[in-house]
Amino acid sequence: MLRIVKPKTKRAKRELEKRAPKLEENSKKLLLLHGTKTTANIKQVLSDFYHLRKEGGKAIKYTKKNDAIRPFEGGGETSLEFLSQKTDCSLFAFGSHSKKRPNNLVLGRMFDHKVYDMMEVGIENFKSIETLGGGRKAAPQAGSKPCFAFVGEKFESDPKFRHFKDLIVDFMRGEVVETINLQGLDKVFICIAVGDKVVFKHCAVRFKKSGTKVPRVELIEAGPSMDMILRRNREPSADLRKEAMRLAPKSSKKKIKNVSTDSLAGKVGRMYVPSQDVGEMALTKMKGLKRERREAAAAKAVSKQDQSESGAGDVAMGEAEGSPKKKLKSNGA
Amino acid sequence: MATAMDVETPMDAGGEYELDLGNLLVARARDPVRLSNGTAMTEEERDAEYVESGRELVQELVDRLFNMPSTVDKAGRLVKLPKPSLQLPREKPLPKARPMTKWESFAQTKGIKKRKRSKLEFDEGQEEWRRRHGYKRVNDDNDIPWIEAKSGDEPGEDPFAKLKESKKERVAKQEKNQLENLKRAAKQGGKGALPSTLQLAATSLAITGSKQSSQRVSKTDLGDAAGLASTATASIGKFDKKLPGEKPAKKLGKHRKFLPVVDGEGKEKELITNVMRKVLAENDFSGLDVNKAVRAHNVEESGKPSSKKIGGKKRADGAFKKGGSRKGMSPGGKPGRSPGKAAGRSEKKSSFGGKPGGKAGGKDRKGSKR
Repeated sequence: MLRIVKPKTKRAKRELEKRAPKLEENSKKLLLLHGTKTTANIKQVLSDFYHLRKEGGKAIKYTKKNDAIRPFEGGGETSLEFLSQKTDCSLFAFGSHSKKRPNNLVLGRMFDHKVYDMMEVGIENFKSIETLGGGRKAAPQAGSKPCFAFVGEKFESDPKFRHFKDLIVDFMRGEVVETINLQGLDKVFICIAVGDKVVFKHCAVRFKKSGTKVPRVELIEAGPSMDMILRRNREPSADLRKEAMRLAPKSSKKKIKNVSTDSLAGKVGRMYVPSQDVGEMALTKMKGLKRERREAAAAKAVSKQDQSESGAGDVAMGEAEGSPKKKLKSNGA
Repeated sequence: MATAMDVETPMDAGGEYELDLGNLLVARARDPVRLSNGTAMTEEERDAEYVESGRELVQELVDRLFNMPSTVDKAGRLVKLPKPSLQLPREKPLPKARPMTKWESFAQTKGIKKRKRSKLEFDEGQEEWRRRHGYKRVNDDNDIPWIEAKSGDEPGEDPFAKLKESKKERVAKQEKNQLENLKRAAKQGGKGALPSTLQLAATSLAITGSKQSSQRVSKTDLGDAAGLASTATASIGKFDKKLPGEKPAKKLGKHRKFLPVVDGEGKEKELITNVMRKVLAENDFSGLDVNKAVRAHNVEESGKPSSKKIGGKKRADGAFKKGGSRKGMSPGGKPGRSPGKAAGRSEKKSSFGGKPGGKAGGKDRKGSKR
């Protein structure tokens, strides 16, 4: 026997609606957690990642040890998937440390709360936000849209590096936006492929005057900065990738022509008005426009022209005569 | 987008750039010459070199962005970005269309179209416009002061209760239909086909032949059932594969118990003597009254009971009568009990007759015609 389970409160319902699959998705949330054995460095890496992502509740950091999580082993991701479901996070960073893989960080993505792909990196040469000063005066704003700079031919040719690039962009890009404020470009993630590792740096961007329209860019290291040794990775199966890469169907709503919305007037439309033929129009008949009067006026104009040709003085007299008449008229009224 | 993934060769040497303006991403395929011979540098110098190579790329990106058409806003210059060209996976599958309900599919085959009905309707009893549904709705059952009696009405039946009952039935039917529709949707389209705010959950264990309990199944009950199911194999679940994280069965059934092979407490002796006693008792005549047996045998042979026996029967009859009379007299409280019962019954009757009136009084329906 089945029964319908409904959320008991409006708040719970809203929360479920927030989590529901959508055509235009929310930006991804990051879950940070670690295993039973860690080092101070790996913990600091996790908290720095948390610091970079926490704006707008887009990161959740767990501080308890997790002994059931072994992402690359069979059955070791159950707990991870459960936590992803619980927190609605589709990105995870799992820190651990062992003799075989010291300072290990597993970066991974979820699709429908199942592990989609992941990559293991070893952290070396780590400098935290605190030690680098966070860019000090030029510290980038929390939650701003970052730039990415990838240097190295390996990011094109090596599948592992390409995978890493994909992951880092997904982890750090934040929200997809349509417009950007040029003054708001204040941080950049630099990834440089050196040998079998990636040099990862987070810098603050500062614009300096250059005398032209385009300012000169200056970078100040804000931290974290680290070398990431690429270890194991697991790429998604072709089927899963196909499913996850599906694009939302283009909305069937056709754009309505000549209708726009105005913040003050609301819906504003432009109508088609056929061109007016004034000659054919039935207008009110006025006395002055009658044909005989028109002809008389024309004849008068012709005679006036003749007079002006014979002498300019007459015209001036005629005008002088006209003005008292007008005055009389106004007095009578 | 045409401009999104441009590969171009800028003026300064260093290689080709790949731009993804939607993600604000810039990549250079070739390493700068400086980086490749950086082995002799100190750590700080190398860091500076890395940052410098990144700076060049960001400068390239900024050049591109600042030369794009922009609009001026209070906060600064706004530039419209193209869509990202680096496609990243979704976090959840695309939402599925809601499957049609049974009524909807029926209406489609019949060509029945949904009509738009106004939200307000004129209530003739109240003489005002009221909402069709919800609070203060038109023709609300709760607002009816009385119901006209009809010739077919059964006496003693509460028409208000009947109304309430019929409403309850309609609601129950709708709920059942809704559940059926959801079940069908779940069967057709899986989990994603259900609305995001609804779930289907098991109410109780589906054990054949048992009556469904209306209560929710507790966690322990589920655990017990799972335990029983896991041991319901030929090997009592010994050779079954365990799921990761599966706990051992909590409640195990009764097991057969066997006697110990080596007897220390004389249990076996006791069992055997019990059996022996039973067998010997069948052939034991030590407690038999021979005279009585012969008499019984004779009676059986002749088919006539002896006169002595008839008298005995009579005596037995009398004794029965005696016992009966005694029984009738002994309980003192019994005679008073039946009138009390009768009074109770009559009271009930009167209350049954008066019940609707009492109820109406409570709900201000004193003037109800019945």
